[in-house]
Amino acid sequence: MGIAIYILAFACLLTGVYALVAKKNIVRIILGIAILEYAVNLLLVLVGYRRGGSAPILARGEAPAALAARAVDPLPQAMVLTSIVIGLSVTALAVAMAIRLYDKYGTFDMNDIRNLRG
Amino acid sequence: MKELVPLLVGIPLGTAFLIVILAHVRGLSRLTGLLATAVVAVNLLLGVWMCIAMHDGAAPAIWAGEWNGLGRPIGIELVCDGLARLMVVVINMVALAAIIFAASYMRRFTTVWLFHSLFLLMTGAMNGVVLSGDLFNMYVFIEVAAIASYGLVAFGTESEELEAAFKYLVLGVLASTFILVGITVLYSLTGHLNMAKMAEGLRRLPKPEGLSASPAVLLAAACLLGGLALKAAMVPFHAWLPDAHPSAPAPISAMLSGVLIKAAGVYALARIVFTVLGVNPYYANILIALGVLSMVVGMFLALGQWDLKRLLAYSSISQAGYIVLALGVAAEVLSRSPPDRAVAGLCLLGGLFHLFNHAAFKGLLFLSSGSIEQATGTRQLKQMGGLARQMPVTGFCCRVGALSIAGVPPFNGFFSKIIIIIALALAGRPILCAVAVGVAVGTLLMYVKVQRYVLEGAPTQRAVRESPWPMGVGMAILAVVCVLGGLAILPLKEYLFDPAGKVLLDSVTAAGRLAMGATP
Repeated sequence: MGIAIYILAFACLLTGVYALVAKKNIVRIILGIAILEYAVNLLLVLVGYRRGGSAPILARGEAPAALAARAVDPLPQAMVLTSIVIGLSVTALAVAMAIRLYDKYGTFDMNDIRNLRG
Repeated sequence: MKELVPLLVGIPLGTAFLIVILAHVRGLSRLTGLLATAVVAVNLLLGVWMCIAMHDGAAPAIWAGEWNGLGRPIGIELVCDGLARLMVVVINMVALAAIIFAASYMRRFTTVWLFHSLFLLMTGAMNGVVLSGDLFNMYVFIEVAAIASYGLVAFGTESEELEAAFKYLVLGVLASTFILVGITVLYSLTGHLNMAKMAEGLRRLPKPEGLSASPAVLLAAACLLGGLALKAAMVPFHAWLPDAHPSAPAPISAMLSGVLIKAAGVYALARIVFTVLGVNPYYANILIALGVLSMVVGMFLALGQWDLKRLLAYSSISQAGYIVLALGVAAEVLSRSPPDRAVAGLCLLGGLFHLFNHAAFKGLLFLSSGSIEQATGTRQLKQMGGLARQMPVTGFCCRVGALSIAGVPPFNGFFSKIIIIIALALAGRPILCAVAVGVAVGTLLMYVKVQRYVLEGAPTQRAVRESPWPMGVGMAILAVVCVLGGLAILPLKEYLFDPAGKVLLDSVTAAGRLAMGATP
């Protein structure tokens, strides 16, 4: 059971990569970006997870070692917040560019958006 | 002195947001360019001063925003060692030339304050990348620099620029995702994010039988090397660069080709391979293969180009290949037993010197291409001609840059290429040595073509005028660096390259990792 969720995270990752490299529609590519970011965030949270662990809040009078023995790792949770914020800004920028691209080319299809070549 | 290190990151980032406010205050909105130039100049002075004051090998580690939680320091660790100081000087040198150049070049665009704000965000974030002592912090700064650069590539908001920026964004996101996966796996293995402590933890991991490293470490290494090679535009991960770099405004092309692919790509590759993962024949051979492929493929693609900025962009791939090749051979020499530190040191000297030089001359060539494009209205080599007489300052600077990158003595490119070639021969790699010589000849041909079509010949257009003086000053700064890099090689070696090379050499040993903050 424990391994299944890691497989899910990597399946999400591969789905996102597939959407990025194989899809030609800009909206689908942006969805791929979102899936890719969710996959990494899931992986980050999983790294800090511990079965039966409790919230990492130091109770009054509790020794740090006792907290470390019972709680989940709080650091990946801080990292995942940063990662979510970065993901939000990248997705917003991609959507903004997609709208400007639609204004210029009148299409979301990357096959028709190719003024630049080799 | 060491308290000033966080300012290298803090001043540009803070000023970037201050500019957004100033732009909306009546009467102050004209000052944003001056403010940005002043910030970059202060950063360059700080960097040079630190190089001179700390060249005895000091590498202070600063915990910005330190909070003493349960007996262990928690904060943002900034390590100002020799390599970081070299990179800070390179970044701010090119940034100063580019922002002075932009003072008149950017007049054709509206909302120039937005350009200044994004420019400072990118510069400050690159300073953060090279100073940061932990991997996650490095990732965040790489992302900040990358997001600012997506915006800057699309700055013209014409159809080509948007298309190039979107391709760049998609591949940039792919690269950063893989970098983050690699960092996550390494964190789960070691429980540390600090590079030196992570390296210690990785060396304590039990090794499975029949393998030189555990499969999880190899997975992380593959993700990190692939992601960073994509950021550094190494062949076969180079497809975005020839679209993105020429589409940006000229000062940004200079920054992207001159320093961004090095700070976010090559520098991070060097840190990961030498400091975190530890030198190993596998990683060394990957770097060598990437370097050789980039050098050869980049050169051939550049030779066939008739668009000046695309030619320069392909040539960036080829020249960055030299740096990665030199780093790879150094790692390979260090992983032999016993390691030959003298030869590895020579490889690193050549690679780092070439990094410095490439920033100077590729920045210079992109700035002069912007000046030429503004004067003639074209980027096609066949539609230019005789510009050496019509535009004396631009023509002279362009010639200095072309001679430097082609490796003509006494300019700086000659010395770094000859050091790399000699080091490859001493390392016992004659085939790589022959490839490096061949690519140097190809580069010479490429820039003979540029000079022949751009500067010589009969003028094709009558009313071509010299560009305004700020553009001339921006180009002149980098031209002087190109000449001085060749003539003043000994002081530069003592103050910049020796401390930087020593950091990479020593980070292989336990004592070197201790200096970066590992627990004994």
